Amino acid sequence: MTSRPEELLPEGGMGVEVVPVSGELNVGPQHPGAGHMRILVKLNGDIIEDVDLDVGYVHRSVEKLCENRNYIHLIPLVERPAILDSIHMNLGYILAVEKILGVQAPERAQYLRSFSAEVNRIASHLYGLGILTVFLGHSTGFMWGFGDREVWVEILQALTGARVTNSYIIPGGVRRDLGGAIIEMTNKALDYTERKLKDWKSMVLNNPVIRARLENVGVMSRENAVRWGAVGPNLRGSGVYYDVRKMEPYAAYDKLDFEIPVYKEGDGFARTLVRFEEIEQSMKMIRQILKEIPEGPILTDRFLNQIPPTRRKKWLEEQRRVVFPGYYASFRPPKGEATSMVEAGRGELLYYVISDGSAHPYRVRMITPSYRLIYVFKELVKGSRYADLVSIYGSLDYFPPEADR
Amino acid sequence: MSQFSQQPPSQQPPSQQPPSQQPPSQQKAERIIDKLLAEIKSTFNLNVKAESERRGYVELNDPSILLKLGEFLKEKGLDHLKSITGIDYPDQKKLAIVYHLSSYENPDLASLILIVKTYVPYEAPEIDSVYSIWPSSWTFERETYEMLGITFRGHPDLRLMFLPEDFEGVFPLRKSFKVRQEGLFIDKQA
Repeated sequence: MTSRPEELLPEGGMGVEVVPVSGELNVGPQHPGAGHMRILVKLNGDIIEDVDLDVGYVHRSVEKLCENRNYIHLIPLVERPAILDSIHMNLGYILAVEKILGVQAPERAQYLRSFSAEVNRIASHLYGLGILTVFLGHSTGFMWGFGDREVWVEILQALTGARVTNSYIIPGGVRRDLGGAIIEMTNKALDYTERKLKDWKSMVLNNPVIRARLENVGVMSRENAVRWGAVGPNLRGSGVYYDVRKMEPYAAYDKLDFEIPVYKEGDGFARTLVRFEEIEQSMKMIRQILKEIPEGPILTDRFLNQIPPTRRKKWLEEQRRVVFPGYYASFRPPKGEATSMVEAGRGELLYYVISDGSAHPYRVRMITPSYRLIYVFKELVKGSRYADLVSIYGSLDYFPPEADR
Repeated sequence: MSQFSQQPPSQQPPSQQPPSQQPPSQQKAERIIDKLLAEIKSTFNLNVKAESERRGYVELNDPSILLKLGEFLKEKGLDHLKSITGIDYPDQKKLAIVYHLSSYENPDLASLILIVKTYVPYEAPEIDSVYSIWPSSWTFERETYEMLGITFRGHPDLRLMFLPEDFEGVFPLRKSFKVRQEGLFIDKQA
């Protein structure tokens, strides 16, 4: 080694010779920015020319397994792909099954479904914001996202008995009732999150580094969002007013008063803002639900009457929990098919369930929002800089297990 | 409904009723879905059925006009392809392909789903790709190809997606592919 490096370098060490390099780069599947997905990036210098997404590392073949299990056994299976958004996965499936069975949940259960769904949406969005910020090197946002999510997960635990994979929604109603302790917890969580969102605004949303990495990065025009089939906050960040809760209201959404945040910029920052404002809207809805939730049963009478009276008294009246009627074990719904939609945390979730009259579904089709994102992501990153790959990936809130199913 | 969905009439002649039999203007409280289905029926002479004001079924016995129908529907404002589903019917030796269509931009159409069903036989499981009409079909068609072995003519990148390489030629979502199940044992309480 020489002590005078300028002798080795051309032009006295000051000039840098730029050699255009093109080639392929493997991102993932272990990279924290890829997470269970390999992204084959074709680069020309710093510009991404094309990507090939190698998905399937967390494929669980949910659709095939659905054909081999009883309807009620599928609840823990279908919510597995998105454990942090499991209420929605559960709800969409149950809506389809209820349509085939021809039952409808009572009023209070509908409100409880909306309540748990909105609590889950907040938790899911905070998770997404946490992941996005750590992609951008903002560790505080990561810690906050996961810390603030915790209060909402605790509410779900108090309500359903599980932090994630709650299996809370059952055909004809919900599994447990809302009690005074949970209402108190929720009020505390609402106040806490309201305070914290102010910190989020000053530390994350108005952070010049975050804005520089998100603004005008990964711009998806309105036309492209429609053509590529984006859904959820990503679609609304591109200026399309589309939300299943408004288009086809389920649970108690037709009685709730809320707005759909829409931004027309279409960049990563707009998508983040949509998520952020959805948290505020969800909190508004939760307040309204706590105020307006009607009294009444949490399971439809058709199933309630099948529970033996002693068990009904012990569990339902004293503990406010549903004990499963025997009918659930292997019921055979009539022949038919149903398509259901819910607005999950990441967007529209579609179930298409076909019954042939046996105890197992003939076919279950599950189109998750992240599944639709595979094509959106592939098209969106073309032409952007390599350094923006993780920023775009994070701003789309892609969740690989949900895409692979 | 069950008859319509489960036991598709194999070669029923399409009904020959003139479409002008019931002019839309004379119907009371006309639903959007009825209007849309009537237009499809009059243009393509297909079996249509409205299950509710939010769900409509179209049965396409001749898959060769799929692209024409697709372009027609896209022009009507159905720009949101929600899903493509392949279903195996081994007893009838055919595969069903189901398209769920809706709209992003048109608020009237956005609240309904049009379900188009078509069938391909086992001997020639091939159908035209709708990628040129709805590019978002890219993922759906690729998955249906690998899971059920239906070839979509004109798809730009028809390869395995989720499955590993050794699944080439094995179609897991066909009914002939059996999943080994473990028995369920429940201890009886004394």
